[in-house]
Amino acid sequence: MKIHLKIWRQKDSQSKGGFKEYTLDDVHQEMSFLEMLDTLNIKLVKKGEHPVEFDHDCREGICGQCGVMINGIAHGPLKNTTTCQLHMRSFKDGDTIYVEPFKAAAFPVVRDLKINRSSLDHIITSGGYVSVDTGQAPEANTIPITNEIAEAAFDSAACIGCGACVASCKNSSAALFTSAKITQLELLPQGKKETRKRVVAMVNQMEEEGFGHCTNTEACQVECPEDISVLNIARMNYEYNKSKILN
Amino acid sequence: MWYVKNALTRKNLMALTGLFLSFFLIIHLLGNLQLLLPVEEARLQYNWYSHLLAGNIVIKVISIVLYACILLHTIDAIYMSLKSKKANGPGYAKDNRGRASKWYARNMMFLGSIIFLFLVIHFKDFWYHYKFGEMPLDENGNKDLYTLVIAAFDQLWYVILYVLAIIALGYHLLHGVFSAHRTLGLYHPLYSKIVKFLGMAYAGIMTVGYIIIPVFIYLNR
Ligand code: HEM
Ligand code: SF4
Ligand code: FES
Repeated sequence: MKIHLKIWRQKDSQSKGGFKEYTLDDVHQEMSFLEMLDTLNIKLVKKGEHPVEFDHDCREGICGQCGVMINGIAHGPLKNTTTCQLHMRSFKDGDTIYVEPFKAAAFPVVRDLKINRSSLDHIITSGGYVSVDTGQAPEANTIPITNEIAEAAFDSAACIGCGACVASCKNSSAALFTSAKITQLELLPQGKKETRKRVVAMVNQMEEEGFGHCTNTEACQVECPEDISVLNIARMNYEYNKSKILN
Repeated sequence: MWYVKNALTRKNLMALTGLFLSFFLIIHLLGNLQLLLPVEEARLQYNWYSHLLAGNIVIKVISIVLYACILLHTIDAIYMSLKSKKANGPGYAKDNRGRASKWYARNMMFLGSIIFLFLVIHFKDFWYHYKFGEMPLDENGNKDLYTLVIAAFDQLWYVILYVLAIIALGYHLLHGVFSAHRTLGLYHPLYSKIVKFLGMAYAGIMTVGYIIIPVFIYLNR
């Protein structure tokens, strides 16, 4: 099928970007969105032009690298899917598709569709860990954990750090990401001990990185590829308030 | 200072002031429903009620808290909006993010600004007049606020202005009351649903209640 593309091209974080138009005549329905971009890049390279730069790694929806805005929606029209798991069958012959990088003050554009998401890593390093001595892996059942709690912790741990929540938020808030990381550790006994210290450190870091506040519009969960619950945010608020009042 | 700059803390303040204002709205509505009584009864009773409020020390303290809440809530609203603008950076050239959330949740500042403009008019016409203006007295020697209110709502444009402002308030509450609970940390799935439902019911009742008063007066008096 024939696809018209309007792709955001930007040389570096300093320069001003803009849409550039391309047309692909031989797009297959079974192609993934990234494969469609690959075919465009092959064409561009053959013509001696600079290919469209975009991030990707696993191409199976688990690494969180590939997020872009497709027709003004993070990861494109399908809900709970990453860009790499989106296929061209979600589009029609003759469609015009706008592709733009995630934009937020905390996500500077590196080039074209590629952004620097280190701000999310900084939030993790500020407290998203458990302070235990490493060594041999302990026997898995030494600490009994009920199935419900293990499942709930895993639901939060499913966050792949793609940044779609930030991109979908009217305030560019990283509340969903940060709260998922906090909750995942807080629910388990190994992580619970450090909750108070962790939640304050991570919330402060989130602030430091220049993310916005949360208005509870819940857009983040709708566009999150992992359907991370907004109740994580309320839980983070609760833990933060508790830490501030008790400490 | 850093503590105050923190978005979560600022939003707690916003939620608390917003909830206090929401609670006040209930009391204010109950008081003003007296305007719907039969004319003679309504006039004396409403003026007596207004006089009672004006003279009471407890009410004085509450009203100072109320003014403070409006100011703090508004200052925080402006602060948050600026912060959001800064965090957003350049913004999108093609933006369809609206599909994922309600328009009124995304436009709390717009709705709030309408409420604020309305409050300025509301305070000037009734509160300022009552406190500092020249007012005729009724038979019982109370300031005749009732007649002032009725005269105001006799004008169609004034009624329309009120109804529009109340609708803005209704949508603000529709998102606000639920949002405030999330901000303060209510994360239980079931209770969160219950609060969302109660918040919607509350917003509906307040909207209808506050619209009935000017419309009823316009049509009947
Ligand atoms: C009777 C008057 C008002 C009531 C009852 C009220 C109530 C509320 C409540 C309960 C919230 C939720 C707080 C939260 O999300 O934690 C809220 C949010 C908000 N209010 Fe009001 N409010 C009123 C007036 C105003 C005014 C005058 C403004 C601005 C000029 C305003 C601007 C806002 C904004 C911008 C938010 C959203 C904050 C955010 O982005 O999260 N409000 N309001
Ligand atoms: S919460 Fe969802 S949208 Fe946000 S970073 Fe994690 S996986 Fe991506
Ligand atoms: S490339 Fe890894 S999630 Fe899409």
